Parts: sequence; structure tokens; C-alpha cells
Amino acid sequence: MFLKEYFGTIYKSIKSLLVGMKVTGYYFTHLDEIKTEEYPDNRATLKMFDRFRGEVVMPHDDNNEHRCTGCQACEIACPNGTIKIITKQEILEDGKKKKRIDAFVYHLDLCTMCNLCVVACPSDAIVMAQNFEHSVYDKKQLKKILNQPDSKLMQGVE
Amino acid sequence: MRGLIEDDYVTDEGEFVINIGPQHPSTHGVLHLKVWLDGETVKKVQPHLGFIHRSIEKMSESLSYRNFIFATSRMDYLAAHINNEACALTVEKGLQLEVPDRAKYIRTILAELTRLQSHLLWWGCTGLDLGAVTPFFYAFREREYIMEIMEETCGARLTQNFMVPGGVMYDIHPNFQKRTKEVLIQIKSKFQEYDNIMTGNVIFENRTKGVGFLSKEDAISYGVTGPTARASGVSCDIRKLIPYSAYDQVQFDEILGTGGDCYARYMIRMHEMKQSVSIIEQLIDNIPEGEFQAKTKNVIKLPKGEFYQRVETPRGELGVFIVSDGAASPYRIKYRSPGFSNLSALPLMAKGGKIGDLVAIMSTIDLVIPDIDR
Amino acid sequence: MKILLTYSFSSLATYIHNLLAELITNSLLLQVTEMVILGVSLIAFLVVLCFFLGYMERKVAAFMEIRLGPNRVGPKGSMQIVADTLKLLLKEGLTPDSADKFLFNLAPVIMVIGSMMVIAPIAFAKDFQLYDINIGVLYVSAVSSLGVIGILMAGWSSNNKYSLLGAMRSGAQIVSYELSVGLSLISIVVLSGSLSLGDIVRSQENGWWIIKGHIPVIISFVIFIIASTAEINRAPFDMAEAEQELTGGFHTEYAGMKFAMFLLSEYINLFVVSAVAATLFLGGWMPFHIGGLDGFNHIMDFIPSSVWFFSKTFLIIFIIMQFRWTFPRLRVDQLLTLEWKYLLPISMVNVILVTVMAIMGWHF
Ligand code: SF4
Ligand code: SF4
Repeated sequence: MFLKEYFGTIYKSIKSLLVGMKVTGYYFTHLDEIKTEEYPDNRATLKMFDRFRGEVVMPHDDNNEHRCTGCQACEIACPNGTIKIITKQEILEDGKKKKRIDAFVYHLDLCTMCNLCVVACPSDAIVMAQNFEHSVYDKKQLKKILNQPDSKLMQGVE
Repeated sequence: MRGLIEDDYVTDEGEFVINIGPQHPSTHGVLHLKVWLDGETVKKVQPHLGFIHRSIEKMSESLSYRNFIFATSRMDYLAAHINNEACALTVEKGLQLEVPDRAKYIRTILAELTRLQSHLLWWGCTGLDLGAVTPFFYAFREREYIMEIMEETCGARLTQNFMVPGGVMYDIHPNFQKRTKEVLIQIKSKFQEYDNIMTGNVIFENRTKGVGFLSKEDAISYGVTGPTARASGVSCDIRKLIPYSAYDQVQFDEILGTGGDCYARYMIRMHEMKQSVSIIEQLIDNIPEGEFQAKTKNVIKLPKGEFYQRVETPRGELGVFIVSDGAASPYRIKYRSPGFSNLSALPLMAKGGKIGDLVAIMSTIDLVIPDIDR
Repeated sequence: MKILLTYSFSSLATYIHNLLAELITNSLLLQVTEMVILGVSLIAFLVVLCFFLGYMERKVAAFMEIRLGPNRVGPKGSMQIVADTLKLLLKEGLTPDSADKFLFNLAPVIMVIGSMMVIAPIAFAKDFQLYDINIGVLYVSAVSSLGVIGILMAGWSSNNKYSLLGAMRSGAQIVSYELSVGLSLISIVVLSGSLSLGDIVRSQENGWWIIKGHIPVIISFVIFIIASTAEINRAPFDMAEAEQELTGGFHTEYAGMKFAMFLLSEYINLFVVSAVAATLFLGGWMPFHIGGLDGFNHIMDFIPSSVWFFSKTFLIIFIIMQFRWTFPRLRVDQLLTLEWKYLLPISMVNVILVTVMAIMGWHF
């Protein structure tokens, strides 16, 4: 009885070990199962999903116009203080004074890509870009002005 | 600080103290365990916390009800969705907001996917902790598929922040259902392989069976929840007890074990993965049409009062307690995190075992350190 | 000198010897020169071998883990291990303040020397053996346990509790597994009637022992592989390192070149153990022969004997590597249970079985 149990244990153990080795053996002999992505080499084919949140950007159209009215909703919505909107008073043709953005300051180093600012923006002025290669040598480069120089507010956006 | 922590490096005859952590391969983060040893035998364990305290609770007090949710992704980073959902549910409870069915379904599917990926990662890490490196990679392969679903629909892989008060941030991606179904087929086909390489393995069984016993009474009195408690026979699945989101629409079993040892905890999680797959399968084709988000005011203000909501994360019961004074940000927030209570039972379980057992216990109670510390 | 001549390394060694003999007339000087050449070439061979084994281990691990493994430095990543060695060489060789400095620095050296010494009686090819000592098997099992001194020394002198725990574990482990290794070696000694590795190989001219000795020898082979995996401290028996438990065990405090020497000795040990297993059970350099089939045996002889030796050795190395990348680690008490409850009794019975078999002539 004891011997039966003793050898039963040995048999079961060896079997379970061999079953495990079969799994690793299978993968060793089936190299097409390899899942490694050779990242910097596959840049050309690597496409992020279009919802991927890599960085906040402000799209500009061909006339160098953006949609940001300077309402600061995104600044309030951002939990980290990543966004600073600097506004200026601009005198329009009809003589009225209007608030316009001077600089949309975006601190990439603070951003957690939570998407709250994009959701909060009433005029869809900012979107998430799919770029994720943010490494720089100087932290200062992570402070970005999203509106391009001399850009204007798009017509019809209020 | 000195006075608070038992200052007993002074030990009995033959005992000595080693510090496992804060930097140690098997604490999965910055947890510090002071371990009293007699040779290889663990006499006493004392967890020291606080190395990754980011004061998320305090931070939330100055954030609006829309904004504080994002920070909870960083608590239990393997269950970011579920944390976010818990917060959203609490806020909805306060607002007495009815969430559209579509949002509920999406939430449930995403939460179950989260549970699946968390358990997969746990499975890999358990292998790693016990010295088998290979399962880790197999687990990550399947987890990667789930991560792709998350990435496609939510836009982020780990800290999704996809839940907003009133629903979900966006509608699901057009590919979502197709991709999810493909992934489920993939994962289901791999369960057998997991069993082959780990579950049935004699070394693994010896390492876990009868190790780290936690009785039902102790589990209850230490406030242990989740798979860890269910392995001891405590029925505590919030999804079953107090169904939230769409859990009342699905059929699933609450897996209960009796062993209370590491092996039982392991098996509970293995079965839970299968249950998660079945829950997703039931929901994925039946997502109702309609809104994915209820209309909410721009500035959310909770009425004066206290609101509490519990959810089931992969590690156990997460409770969100909000005290509101009627302002636009919470007066006080308290998270009842599962990891903290589960960790409190570790000294009990580890006592009398070997160092190797301590590692096995730690990995089967599935500690995520930022969840413990917040 | 005598050694070199009598058990010559085939024609190459003779050629070098003759060449040197012409240049150097003083016989003592000649002997010393030959020794130095021998030693340097052996070390060079072992280092290259370890590079290869390191590369092989990484690739084997990677393929089993559905990864690509090293693939940046050199063609297919083959130079990665050289780069790593360079890195280790350039790193600061840290010695903890409160360590016992002398022993701390001595330990890795002892480990490496201990494992290199075992190479001596192994026949790499036909007539290619450093030193066919007539008690080869005894020598191998005696010298291979020197490593434990290095481990204990490293663990104790580091003045680190993790290291000490690791060292103590490995002490218990190696001392116990030594028994099974010895007993499984004895079964072959009984069958071949000689302790000399050269003779053992020659005794397998009409078939390897694992085939000739069927069941009992297969059992000893399996026991030998398991026990020697434990003896060389490789996963699933890497109690002394046990990264997840003891962070690094006995070499927690080592860095740089001293750490590299532990790695070196680990790989040499791996090679030695596999080579011994190949020699004893799989016929060493002996081609695959079946007693009586002369035609077949002649065809097999066309494959050079070194190819036979290395392919067998690497087969066993591969198996041991697969162990490492498949199984979880045992717990320290289970490790001893395995030895004292299973391996040792079985191998004891097995030795009796083999003896009876040898007396009765029940083998082929
Ligand atoms: S993504 Fe989030 S953190 Fe980043 S700027 Fe927008 S709101 Fe702020
Ligand atoms: S980006 Fe949008 S929310 Fe932010 S200031 Fe401009 S318009 Fe307002």
C-alpha cells in the first residue's frame, strides 16, 4: 500500500513535469509564435489606434486658424494644472474688444493624458495626438505652446 | 514615527530580522516587510507601508467631481476601470442619476476585461514569484490582446479614465465587439495551457497546497475580501450581493473555495477568469442601443450628505465613501481599498511558514502596493 | 610531460610538443611551457564556451518564452554576451564595508577554480583528454563539490543575512544531492568495471550504457540529471540564489567582475555536469554503435568523435535549460524531501539492481 502510493506519487509528478515541458518545448519548436515587436525597427508599420492618447495638440487648418476661443474650460477641467491659457484683448475691425488667446501653454511633463480637457472643450479646439515618443534631453522642451505663431481664431467659432 | 513602529530588532535567542523590501523582487512594489526568522522559518511579519503614498484622498478634496476620478486609476493600476467605475457610481448615487443601459453594459464588459487582464497578470506573477519565469510571458501575451481592446476603445492601456459621472466617456469603438470576441476565443483556448504549465505541476502544487492557511473566521475578522476571502469560504462577491451596473443581467457563479490555502486562492482566480469570459460573452452581443452618457450639469454638485458605493475589484471589495458639503468638490473622500485589509492578514498566514511560503502567500493574495498605500 | 605524451591529444598536441621540443631543450622549461599553453588554451576554451552557453541560454529562454532574445549586438545578438562581459569588467567591483574582504574576494576564485578542475578527466574526443586519471569518476565527484566551499565562503563573508541564508541553503542542498549523484555514478562504474572515464567510454564501444543497461541505467540517468541540476544550483533548485526570496542569495553583494566569475563558474558547471552525463550514460565521444552491426557502426564512425561528444553534451545542457525555464522553484524543505525521500532510496535500490544485473549479465 505504501509502495503503491509512493510510486503513484512519482509517476504523477514526472507526468506533470513532462506535461509542463511539453508546453515550453512546443514554443521552442514553433518560432512563429514569437510575439516580440521590434519597436524602433517597426516604426514604419507601427500604427497607434486612432483613439490613443499620446499628447494634446491643437489642430490648425491651412489658413493657420485654430478653433480655440480662450474660454479656459480646459484649464479648469485639467486636474493637474497642465494647461495655462494666456489671453489678450484684441480689437476687431468693428472696433469691439474681444478676448483672444495669446498662448495656449501645455506642460507635457505634467499631463496624464486623461482626456478631460478634450472632453471639456466646447469648441473642439484640442484633440489627442497619437505620438508617444516624447523623450527629450531638456525638460524645458516639454513646455509647449500649442497655438502656432500668428494663428487666428477660425471664422464662425465663438 | 519611531514610537509608532514596534522597535524590536532586538530578538529572541536564535532569531534574526531581515527586511524584505522596500526594494525586493517579490514585493511587487515598494512594500517593506520586516520578517523575524528562526533559520528559514518565519516567526513574525510586520508590513510597513507608506513608501508610495501619494495622498490621492487628500488630493481629491480639491478636485471637482469630474476630475477626481482620474487619480483613482493610479490606486490599483491593474483595475483602473473598476476604480473609476466605483467613483463614478458613487457620484451618480449622490446625484441620483440614472445611467443609460448602454453605458452600464459597456462598463460591465470593460470591468470584466479588466478583471481578466488583472488575473492574467497575477497568474504570470505568481509563476514568477515561485521561480517559473515562462508563464509570465504567456500571461502577458493574452493580456496584451486585452490591452489592445482597451487602447482602441478607451485610448489608454493602463490608466484608462474612461468612466465619467453619468456613463462612459465615448461610445465603444466600432471594432470593439469583433475584437473582444476574437480575444475571448484566444484566451479560452489558452486556459488548458495554463493548467499544463502551472496548475498541474507537482512543484507548484507542493509550493501552494496547505500553505498560508486562512480560516473563514479570520478572513471575516480581518476584513479580507475578494478571491482571498472566497478561497476561505466567505461569500463576499459584491457583484452578486449588491449588483451594480449590469451584473444583475448576467448569469455567473460566485466561486467559493474551502481550502483557504494558496492553492485554493489560485484556483479561485483561475475559475474567476473563466467566469469573466462567460460574463463578457453574455453581454457582448446584447449591448443595447442608446445614449452612452446621461446628461449632467457642467459643474457637478453633490447634495449635502454621505455616499458610499462598493464594487468588486480583482483584489476584493473597493469602497468609495464621499462626504459632501454641497460644494463642487468633495469634503472628504475615503477609499476602502481591498489590498490594505488583505495585507493585514498576511502576518497571520505567513507565521510558521518558510520564506518561500511568504513569497507564495504574498503572490496569491495578489498585492498591488499603490492600492494599499494610495 | 609524461601525461601529455602517453595520453596525447591526437596529432595536434604531438605536433606542438615536437615543435616546442626543438625550440626549448631544457626539459623542465619545456614542461612548464606546455603547462602554461595548456592552461591558457583551456581557460580560453572555457570562456568562449561560456559565452556560447550564455548566448544559448538566452536564446533558449527567449524562444520558450515567445520572445526573440538578444538581437541587437552582432549578428542575431550573438555578441550580446561579450558586451555584457565588457560591462561587468568595467563595473566597479564593490566590496561591502563590513565584509570579510579576503574571503569575499577569494570566494569567486574558488568557485571558478573548482569548476574548471573538473574538466581535466573528460574526454572531448577520441584520444583527446587532458588527464586520464585512473580514478576519474571519483575525482569528478570529489572536485565538483568544491564549489560549495566557494558558495559558503561568499555567503558568510558578505556579512548579509540574505547571503548567509542562501549559503546555508546551498550547503544543505549540495551535501545531500552529492549522495544521489555519487550513487548514480556508481551504477555505471559497476557496469563498466572501471573508475577511469577513458575506460568507461571505451566500454561503450558496442552500445551506450543507457541502451545496454536499459531500465536501471535509465533510472540512474534521470536521477543523475535531477541531482546534478540541484548540485550546480540551477533552477528549479536554485535555492542559493532564489531571486524572488533572497534577492540574489549568496551573490547578493557581488558586482562587476566578481559577479561575472560566479556566472562563469555556473556555466562551466553546467557544461561539466552535462559532459559527465554524456560520458557515462551516452558514451561520451563514442559514436552510436550497436553491438554486432559492423556496417552500421562504420558509418557512424564517419561522424567525428568530437561532434558526437558535443552534440550529446549540448542535448543534456538543453534539457537542463528547459528545466530552468519551465518549472517553479522548490521550497527548501521540499528540496530535501525530494532528495532523502525519493532520490536517495531509489538510487540505493537501483545500485543493488545494477550490481545484480552486472553479476548476472542481464545487460546487452
Ligand atoms: S489630458 Fe488631462 S492632464 Fe493632460 S492637459 Fe488634458 S486634462 Fe490636463
Ligand atoms: S482649448 Fe477649448 S476649452 Fe480650452 S480655452 Fe480653447 S476653446 Fe476653451
